[in-house]
Amino acid sequence: MEKEQEKNISTPVERVDARRKISGSERYIDDMDFDGLIHARLYTSDVSRARIKSVRLPELPEGYVIVSWKDVPGKNRVKMINDDWPFLAEDEVNYYGEPIFVVAGPEPEKIEEILSKIHVEYQELPPVYTIEDALEASGESDGWLFADYTIRKGDYESVEKAFGREPGKYRVIEGTYSTGLQEHAYLEPQGMVATYRDGKVTIFGSMQCPYYVKGALVQALGLPEDRVQIVQTTTGGGFGGKEDYPSLLAGYVAFAAIKSGKPVKIVLDRREDIRLTTKRHPSLAHVKSILDENNRVVGMDVDIVLDGGAYEGLSSVVLQRSIFVATGAYDIPNVRVRGRAVRTNNVPRGAFRGFGGPQGIFAIEMQMDRIARELGLDPADFKAAHFLGKGDSTVTGGVIRSDVKLDEMLELAKRMSSYEEKRSNRSNRSNRRPFHGRGISVFIHGCGFTGSGERDKIKARVGLRELPDGKVALLVANVEMGQGAQTTLRKIVSDTLDIPISSVVYDNPDTDRVPDSGPTVASRTAMIVGGLVREASLEFKSVLEDRVVGSAESAPGEPLKQPEEPIEVFKQYRQPPEISWDDEKFIGDAYPDYSWGVNVVDVSVDPVTREVTVEGIWGVYDIGVPLDEAIARGQMQGGIAQGIGWASLEVMEEREGRLVQDSLTDYIIPTSMDLPDIEVDFVMNPSPYGPYGAKGAGELPFVGIAPAYAAAVSDALGVPMDSIPITPEKLLNLKFNKGEEPESA
Amino acid sequence: MKSGKTQEITFRLNGEMVSIEVHPLKRLLDVLRYDFGLTGVKEGCGEGECGACSVLLDGKIVNSCIVPVGTVSGHEVTTIEGYRKTERYKVLEDSMAESSAVQCGFCTPGFVIAAEALLSENPEPDERDIREGISGNLCRCTGYQSIVSGIEKASREASELWKSEAKK
Ligand code: FES
Ligand code: FES
Repeated sequence: MEKEQEKNISTPVERVDARRKISGSERYIDDMDFDGLIHARLYTSDVSRARIKSVRLPELPEGYVIVSWKDVPGKNRVKMINDDWPFLAEDEVNYYGEPIFVVAGPEPEKIEEILSKIHVEYQELPPVYTIEDALEASGESDGWLFADYTIRKGDYESVEKAFGREPGKYRVIEGTYSTGLQEHAYLEPQGMVATYRDGKVTIFGSMQCPYYVKGALVQALGLPEDRVQIVQTTTGGGFGGKEDYPSLLAGYVAFAAIKSGKPVKIVLDRREDIRLTTKRHPSLAHVKSILDENNRVVGMDVDIVLDGGAYEGLSSVVLQRSIFVATGAYDIPNVRVRGRAVRTNNVPRGAFRGFGGPQGIFAIEMQMDRIARELGLDPADFKAAHFLGKGDSTVTGGVIRSDVKLDEMLELAKRMSSYEEKRSNRSNRSNRRPFHGRGISVFIHGCGFTGSGERDKIKARVGLRELPDGKVALLVANVEMGQGAQTTLRKIVSDTLDIPISSVVYDNPDTDRVPDSGPTVASRTAMIVGGLVREASLEFKSVLEDRVVGSAESAPGEPLKQPEEPIEVFKQYRQPPEISWDDEKFIGDAYPDYSWGVNVVDVSVDPVTREVTVEGIWGVYDIGVPLDEAIARGQMQGGIAQGIGWASLEVMEEREGRLVQDSLTDYIIPTSMDLPDIEVDFVMNPSPYGPYGAKGAGELPFVGIAPAYAAAVSDALGVPMDSIPITPEKLLNLKFNKGEEPESA
Repeated sequence: MKSGKTQEITFRLNGEMVSIEVHPLKRLLDVLRYDFGLTGVKEGCGEGECGACSVLLDGKIVNSCIVPVGTVSGHEVTTIEGYRKTERYKVLEDSMAESSAVQCGFCTPGFVIAAEALLSENPEPDERDIREGISGNLCRCTGYQSIVSGIEKASREASELWKSEAKK
């Protein structure tokens, strides 16, 4: 980071929530008391795909209820893109573990007993478990494809024809890449409480998107807007996992609260949380690149398929992100991208940090790495020769409007990691350390909602209100889930109005109190919501200045000295006019601006056990201007750790639709021993679209780390790594060509 | 498991002798959270994997989710609520806050307990020792580095607190 003596917005402040959390006084949903609370648990299917023939329910003791889909007062579909996901199964189930009933009552043991006495008779149907089978099934019958998109840039077909005519002049390099399931593993399991009083449902719980939950309940309960209130409770990590699923959990407790007349709580235990909630979409991509005689990629054909699980949920939008980054940080003149999201009889996949981006970036980065190695070029040089720059067009025909500092970032990353000294080019075997490898990745992440989401769907609104004690209330629906929003957004108000951070009041959002500033997703909080907060603060300031000039009485931060009208400012998002997007054809600017990153990873592989040790990780990021350097750094380090997990330790398999790893005992996430010190730096590149020049930050670090890790392992062993997670078992089964074993290096 | 025969269990909790009529196989975690309202002790996994439920049992770190309350009879249990009254805690609080060691915070009280357990064994750990010392605790947010720095800082600034035998 450029050293600045002067204090600026990036200068770290102590997080407002730090001490409450360190001391254990912060209260999460499971720490809260509610009078007369009863508990609820879910009865779930034990087959993957079936028609429900009949059900037999036990006699219920006093004070217990069983809720079925018939008790859903409104529409039994979770409000998402296509409303295809039932809260509770009706006459069919589509994955193992699909909820059918909610059982609620005072004693957990009794609930257990009731659950064990429920009998469901199924007529099983042939299930589909894999991407390959789903693609085949989609050729035979409808319903196995959630989405099938093709986007184009330039004219890929004619490049392919030119290659056909003059095969000697061109070269084709192809690869197939796959990524696995991933569990969010936020440390706080999901939990919700519903109360039902005087015809009004109030939900308290761990979530990212209070207004998504509200929309879902208004639809499912058939209640008017003012009868549904959602209050976020301090959220112990989300990473996307608390974007979609909380709407379901809120539904379950709300149905049970209405039926029983009592406050109802569900806090999932870890195994339930893993079995029930959404995961990162597994992906399978095929990439074909056509290179000219100057080793330039002139054409690229990408076909990427995501496994969406049993219900569509957010899959189509996740897929859009995958295809919009299909050529990564590179300017490829002729591109054809096809993306499909298939339906399988697996637990539904959903939002997860990066939201389709990491799958797309994995494919392109591993492909670029493969090409470089096949050509005997240094991957960094080869990639740099294709960098996107300002003014270039994206795969959707949008324009890169801001400066692109990739060259500078790459240089910095090389310097930090002593890249040149340690450069381990396989052609230079003499100074190569066997079983040591280095990988580099370069990546891009679109900030904010994909396409016209911000303009047409979210229409974010934020507010500021002067309080009687002179403090200022920040009214947004965005939540603190660890990413630091309560600190960074407060900082914007505090800096603009020149009042202490402690004079900005920003409680956990409550939909009865705050406007809908949109969900806490898509790296949009800093840039989009932060931008509106800044606008509102500026207007607040000018109103205040007028008043001060008029009265010369009250100054900000001080109690009002005379009964002035309290200042209230609301701001609504307006799409910058130069940003255009066609949501039907996917043409134009998929995102208003982009964040960028470069990672370098060093690994060593144990020659015998093939265990991989990460020896060094470096990251250089362009997030415009960090709103708080320490918080941004924390986001980068945490995202890297999670991405290393995805690439290596985090094995999650499904056998016949059942998760093999369904606990933190079996599903291994990185510990402090699995990671080295992570060195992070930022280049300053203020964006015109964010407050103080800030761009999206939360997802970026996840996006590029897995390919850097995989490239490092492939560098260590001299074999392309096409599939993650990379486990020692996988490496032990590698077949080496004669003379290419790493031992012979 | 929680039904059946209860018995009276007496132990020292955060400095005070307490007695409770409870089934001896009930998880210490549940007794702490629900019977004593000590909600700074968190449940992240319930299987001894994450350390969110860490407490000190006679000064040693244990995962309270896999400790049957019967076994603490006659022993001393310290949770974050008790520990936060100490001098050592204050140092750790400052150093963790200043090192940005907190994000979502769900793991944090557990890490504080792990830090205490580590520093009381080894008041001047190096980075490796710290990473080892906290490896029984999971954090999904930070990537651990800021937590490591926080503990390093506490030890750098006040290792004498952990060297002195006297319990603060
Ligand atoms: S809750 Fe005890 S170790 Fe996870
Ligand atoms: S801060 Fe969230 S799990 Fe550690």
